[in-house]
Amino acid sequence: MLTNFFRVFNFALTDFNRNKGVTIATIFVLVVIIMLATWLFIFQGLTGFLISQVQDKIDVTAYFKEGTFEEDILKVKSEILVMSPNIKEVEYVSQDKALEIFAENHQDSEVISKALEEVGSNPFLPSLNITTSGDPAEYEEIANILQTDQYADLVDNVDFYEKKDTIEKVYAITKNINIGGLILTAILVIISVLVVFNTTKLAVDSSKDEIGTMKLVGASNWFIRGPFIIQGAIYGIIAFVISMALSAASAYALSSKIAFILPGFSLAEFFTSNIWIFILIQLAFGAGLGMLTSYVAVRKYLKN
Amino acid sequence: MISFNKVTKIYQEDTTVLQDISFEIEQGEFVSFVGKSGAGKTTLLRLLLGMEKPTSGEVYFQGINIGNADSSQIQTIRRKIGGIYQDYKLLPTKTVYENVAYILAVEGKENEEIEEEVPKVLEIIGLKDKVNNFPNELSGGEQQRLAIARALVNHPEVIVADEPTGNLDPYNTYEVISLLEKINRTGRTVILSTHDREVINKLGKRVITIENGKMIRDEAKGRFII
Repeated sequence: MLTNFFRVFNFALTDFNRNKGVTIATIFVLVVIIMLATWLFIFQGLTGFLISQVQDKIDVTAYFKEGTFEEDILKVKSEILVMSPNIKEVEYVSQDKALEIFAENHQDSEVISKALEEVGSNPFLPSLNITTSGDPAEYEEIANILQTDQYADLVDNVDFYEKKDTIEKVYAITKNINIGGLILTAILVIISVLVVFNTTKLAVDSSKDEIGTMKLVGASNWFIRGPFIIQGAIYGIIAFVISMALSAASAYALSSKIAFILPGFSLAEFFTSNIWIFILIQLAFGAGLGMLTSYVAVRKYLKN
Repeated sequence: MISFNKVTKIYQEDTTVLQDISFEIEQGEFVSFVGKSGAGKTTLLRLLLGMEKPTSGEVYFQGINIGNADSSQIQTIRRKIGGIYQDYKLLPTKTVYENVAYILAVEGKENEEIEEEVPKVLEIIGLKDKVNNFPNELSGGEQQRLAIARALVNHPEVIVADEPTGNLDPYNTYEVISLLEKINRTGRTVILSTHDREVINKLGKRVITIENGKMIRDEAKGRFII
């Protein structure tokens, strides 16, 4: 068993060395496919970052009646967190904090500063800023909960209906981006499988007669198929190493440029923190596809 | 050892390649199938090697019905039959040495045995100086000798030669046929398929004549008569 495995491995290495043209062409195609898959994943990371940036700016605010105690508001906060598990974040903004934020945002405007002085007291209401995953239905559900009789004595107003249009638009855009990403991924996977399969098929087709002869002298299917599958794995692993080096180099080289266009997004950090996913994607598209397509391509000639 | 029992092979509804063929071959016999091109000789050998299944009838090898054999039985049968073909059917990406060694590797033989057997056979067949050459670097005669070395290396019980001299000049033809006779003298069964009149008439062995898919003659010391 072990002798046979070493033999099959040896056949694969010998064929790999002797067919340099096919080897180089196959590895090149695999590197292209792996790099496409890698950049698609990076692109999804970029769009995910963009979407979360936009979604974080969208929230609904529940304003509480003047004089509502802080402990009552915090009680509402913990209650709605239990009632609505889709809530991502709830931030309590006290009256003083609201004034402070407003003043800070308009510190350069004399008119507003004067207006505030004329009012004399703090005109702002305490509030809860609520963020969900972005689905308008989730925001509506929270708005409805807060507007029930249970909270009628505490809640003054929930600004969901004023923001409804914006929430819906942002949600529709992000949803479409996500669907587009999925479609793009599916198309790329299909194209990758077809391209790699055709490349492997060409390599296997050139050995069609050889496979027939091997069958004729009584070689088992695995004895024939083994070297092709191992060659597929070797092509894939070499392509993986090249692609990993290219991806790492490009991630670090382009990180500062992408951060300039998209402040807050570090490509190098994204690459490092997702290194295992990158390894998995590159191995799956390289060695996985190489082996799988070799298996399928040889099968056709093993029938007799 | 080998038995064809009322074997008919039809490829399409109106293409009958073999019709009602019956014969038996005993161990150690030298049998020649003769007939014009397209008579059905190669199909007979393909049936024996399990590359085709008969439309009706049975083909037996050492008691196994090849038509019903599973893939592992077919592999075992093929390892017991050494094949020599007109187009040599060598492994083009393997060297002379590797072509012969492959057969022993298929049988799971140990490396020591392979290293011992292969040079021996290549020396007998006169190719010991070409061990590192690839088949396309050999002449037609050398390629056919390599095919014979490959067919002999695992000491098969039967040698099947399908038009082995078809691509060879008279000198190489004589060499190949002499080798087949030598093999037969060691007790192995030899099945030769040919349309070479001179070869058959010189051999003076059993001849089965096939014409248009039918067996028209089976003579113990036959001649080429079509």
